[in-house]
Amino acid sequence: MATRVAVIEYGVGNVGSVVNACARIGADVAIARDGDELRAQAPEAIILPGVGAFGAALELIRSRGFEAAVGEQVHDAGVPFLGICVGMQALADSCEEFGEHHGLGWIPGTVCRLVPPGSPVRLPHVGWNTVDASADDPVLGGLAGAHFYFVHSYAMRCDQQYVVGTTEYGGTFPSAVRIGHAWGIQFHAEKSSLAGERLLGQFLAFADACSSGG
Amino acid sequence: MVRSERFAVHQVIGNPVVHVERMVEWDVDELIVLDISEGEPTRFHHERADYREPGAGDLLGFVRKIAAECRIPLTLGGRIRTVDDIAVRIRTGADKVTINTAALESPRLVGEAASRFGSQAIVVGIDYRQGANGARVHADHGRIDTGRDVVSWAREAADRGAGEIFLNAVDRDGTAQGYDLESIARVADAVPVPVVACGGAGHMRHFLECFERTGASGVAAGNIFHFTENAYPRAKAFLRGKRDDVR
Repeated sequence: MATRVAVIEYGVGNVGSVVNACARIGADVAIARDGDELRAQAPEAIILPGVGAFGAALELIRSRGFEAAVGEQVHDAGVPFLGICVGMQALADSCEEFGEHHGLGWIPGTVCRLVPPGSPVRLPHVGWNTVDASADDPVLGGLAGAHFYFVHSYAMRCDQQYVVGTTEYGGTFPSAVRIGHAWGIQFHAEKSSLAGERLLGQFLAFADACSSGG
Repeated sequence: MVRSERFAVHQVIGNPVVHVERMVEWDVDELIVLDISEGEPTRFHHERADYREPGAGDLLGFVRKIAAECRIPLTLGGRIRTVDDIAVRIRTGADKVTINTAALESPRLVGEAASRFGSQAIVVGIDYRQGANGARVHADHGRIDTGRDVVSWAREAADRGAGEIFLNAVDRDGTAQGYDLESIARVADAVPVPVVACGGAGHMRHFLECFERTGASGVAAGNIFHFTENAYPRAKAFLRGKRDDVR
């Protein structure tokens, strides 16, 4: 039985790539355009993609009723969650860019520029890079040293206890975080070829085990 | 699909859908697809061999088809004039777009596009030719000398919000004589964003030279990968042997 995944569409970026990647690995994937649709779908797994600015993303997430709906599904109903790029950054408390923007606050931390303005290190960090991943993490396991595609200028800073993967670019930054059954990845698994498909497959397998295990 | 030489000779070399499939099999780092057609936007030249592919007879059909199986980043360029043109392409499956002539004609398009889609989705493509007065930016398929210096326009494009510069040496296109290292180095040193170099690759050592002697973040090539057997996998293996920052 294919895992039922809901991909959240909130007007930022292209959900098509994530939907296509999930379909390629055999998931039963649907797009949720607002909080009510998400509730109605009652998925076994939720993916929050996104590109661009933290502030704009959070505003759209909230205006479409996703903050409450996702909160209920993930925290009350135990549905596994994967945030990608800005979808990972949204889990933090705040972002230093353009003043106070409040994140979902699932993981204590702040989103900051990778390097200060004027640094010789170019931004955005765009291209392939490796992730030093936790071997025993259900989603990141077995992927240490694999290349994933990054395109971002900001990254989350948080306590080590939430970090399940790090990457080097202008210093070390968390490229994968986890709290309970919610993961955030800074890179675009949906654009990271076979390594990305494997990661998504591992996430869906975890979700599958959750829903059949009860 | 066509090969080109100095943006002048265009020889049809096959079905672009098939070539994209091969690129995905080779697991290339990124794919850039440029629509260099002219005239009526939805009508392709009858000599194109891909009209037999269902759904590939129009640009968006083609993009949709390749996007479904494209598990690596896809950049789309050519004939992009407005923010809506960009929106359509991103919605259909492009991760990034590259804008060229439209940005020269209306530079504020760069900022508007970056605001709406994020800088990471907006590449400014710059075609240039060497002349008596140095490297000069050319618009409209490399035909019109804009009088602008390539470094100055690259700086402006980056300031306005371009997330990357795609720098193309028209004089070197299809010549297999190597990249224009001097101009690439000058542009890369002048901008804070990644620069991808294109034009002139004929041997895998040209890729290595570009990385060793310029600040380019990426190298792009077309002809070499379409004409030399297994060129991409061999080039990657060669570069991995020489450097530790190659996927």
